[in-house]
Amino acid sequence: MYGRKVKLRFYFIFIILIILSLSVFLILKSLEENVVYFQSPTEVKALVEIDKKKIRIGGMVKKDSILMREEELKFIVTDFKNEINVVYSGLIPNLFAEGKGVVAEGFLKDKSLFLATKILAKHDENYMPPEVKAALEEK
Amino acid sequence: MASLIGFYSLIFGFCLSFFIIFFSIRNYKDSNNFDTKIISLTFLQLFFVIVSFFGLIFSFVTSDFSNETVFNHSHSTKPLFYKISGTWGNHEGSLLLWLLVLTLFIFLFLIRSKDQTKQYRVLTLLFQEIIIIGFFIFVIKTSSPFNYIFPVPDEGLGLNPILQDPALAIHPPILYLGYVGSSIIFSSTLSAVSLGYMSKGWASHIKQWILTSWIFLTLGILLGSIWAYYELGWGGFWFWDPVENVSLMPWLALTTLFHCVLVLEKKLILTSWVVVLSISTFALSMCGTFLVRSGILNSVHTFANDPERGLFILIFLFCLIFLSLFIFFFFHKPENKINYNFFLLSKETSILVNNWFMMYFLIVVLIGTIYPIFLEVISSQKISVGPPFYNKLIIPFLIPFLLAMALGPKLEWIKSKLENKIYLILFFVLSLFLSIFIIKILGTNFLFNTILITPAFYLFLITIRDFVSMKLKNLSQNIAHFGFSLLILSILFNNILSTETITNLKVGETFQAKNYKINFESIDQEERQNFQSFIAKFNIENSDGSIEILKPELRVYNQPNIITSEADIKTNLLRDKFITINVVQNQEYFNVRYQIKPLMIWIWLSVLLISLGGLTSLIKKKYEK
Repeated sequence: MYGRKVKLRFYFIFIILIILSLSVFLILKSLEENVVYFQSPTEVKALVEIDKKKIRIGGMVKKDSILMREEELKFIVTDFKNEINVVYSGLIPNLFAEGKGVVAEGFLKDKSLFLATKILAKHDENYMPPEVKAALEEK
Repeated sequence: MASLIGFYSLIFGFCLSFFIIFFSIRNYKDSNNFDTKIISLTFLQLFFVIVSFFGLIFSFVTSDFSNETVFNHSHSTKPLFYKISGTWGNHEGSLLLWLLVLTLFIFLFLIRSKDQTKQYRVLTLLFQEIIIIGFFIFVIKTSSPFNYIFPVPDEGLGLNPILQDPALAIHPPILYLGYVGSSIIFSSTLSAVSLGYMSKGWASHIKQWILTSWIFLTLGILLGSIWAYYELGWGGFWFWDPVENVSLMPWLALTTLFHCVLVLEKKLILTSWVVVLSISTFALSMCGTFLVRSGILNSVHTFANDPERGLFILIFLFCLIFLSLFIFFFFHKPENKINYNFFLLSKETSILVNNWFMMYFLIVVLIGTIYPIFLEVISSQKISVGPPFYNKLIIPFLIPFLLAMALGPKLEWIKSKLENKIYLILFFVLSLFLSIFIIKILGTNFLFNTILITPAFYLFLITIRDFVSMKLKNLSQNIAHFGFSLLILSILFNNILSTETITNLKVGETFQAKNYKINFESIDQEERQNFQSFIAKFNIENSDGSIEILKPELRVYNQPNIITSEADIKTNLLRDKFITINVVQNQEYFNVRYQIKPLMIWIWLSVLLISLGGLTSLIKKKYEK
């Protein structure tokens, strides 16, 4: 009924569609596995159960909370409602300081202890995690 | 004063746009010859933008703090070089730079396209002027670099110290030449589509412009990457950060576009690809500006935030995309008049395969970059997409991609057979053994790495063979593909072999790592123009007895009061030794990071080679004329 060429083109489009949907599926699938959620100390407190997945927490570094030893760095992240203890060993970015915003990536041990694998540098000295900003404005 | 001149010449430049449009439309309708008055007018417009730009530079150099932009981004103690580079190190100034490059490119286009038809040139100018007008309004209305502050402050707020760096000083202009260069491609493609002007001749004419902006974009990305490597102290060169991704996306589109134009030049097919890619390259470049400047991206690199500006760019971008899609659907006539058959083994098929791979990479990067934004809007959940996502989705597809890159150029146009099959197979076996051999020595994850390294070596060896066998006609392609294989190989080995030690040390302490000992000998203080410098002295004792002295630096800037770490890097052809220190307030300990990064220099060199490939092609083209 149809010419060979039309059939060929039909198959071609069909194959492309399959490949396209397959790749979109793959992309979305691995997105699901590889995204890192961002939570504030208050959100962590509200968790029902502790997830084993990697997350990011953000807030301000509490004043006088930094404790530095040869092997590790301890500090407290606060959003002025709740706090969370962070233990970290690794590279400390330049703008990490008491009273400044911080974003840490890692795993929750329990609701008050966070084992960080990475502290993220923010390049702007005025940067503040949005949650903290909101919390400060509420005050 | 300089600000005032700058502002008024900006207004003049804006008004000139309407004159240019008026005269172009008249010229388009009436006479047969191209009206040289238009060229003079575009030159005048360029001149006014240059004056405006120099006005801003002048305000920066003289630290005129009555200018709001200067106040926000400069400081009188800053070295002259960074006062000048501060001009484009901020949102307002960088948009003025956009405008400058936009007007520069259309002027260059007009004087370099004399062999093209009048209609085509005028229409290209018209499309470009639409973009220019949009940016004029954007600059004047939402982000004028010439706002006054009264009373005049005594001192400025200073430039973010990590931007006070030679590589980052020239990074924006170069990157923008690449970004904005795509505007000419966009305008001329639209005009060619509207006029049905697409031909082999047009392809070879537009190829120069594609190559030019491609080279600048490549170099711009390279500079940004080198800067991130030594200034951010993370020791990496690519973080899959949204801001990096937005520069990679136009690059991917532009690279694909270039390959399509190669086909178009020879065979007059793939015109739809060319149109769509030209549009998307420019849209992605503008998106890059939008995403970086709007503050929508939750990125560690963003410097300037203002949602209103973002909204303007977004609306403008949508108008342009709408316009271009309209032109594409209503004017574009696909080339299907002549029945063209794609044979499986031909150059055009292999380029088509390349296109699909590139589009796949582009989609991955695009989704990874914008998905977090969507999710935040829809569900107010904050997420970030990290390197594992990209690695997982891109690396497996690099394998067939590399193989296609090695074999594709071997094919002939239209229909071909692979001749000399023996050496192709031989080389494959050779690279397979080579990879197995190397991986065995290194003793890393065997299967995965072998599968990955083999095709990279394959491309590497085949391109080397082509250099030797003196196929000069493909020299530029060969250089670029060789550079790419070198890049992949360097990145792979760099990833596999990098080692690092992170520890906290006090002055005088020693850290014993597996193969070396890190002695923190001393720290000295020095006063500099706008910062205090603390130079640490480290003494690395290797297990073979050799000693290396490294001197990383901490800088405490006075305005703004920020500490930055300057890495000390000892480079040779085989590896970089990289050390950074950092200090946390009120603590005795210094945070020390020592890394050995193999083949770093080859990553930079290979990207240079890739752009050199583009340059060779550009020069060769001129030479042939």
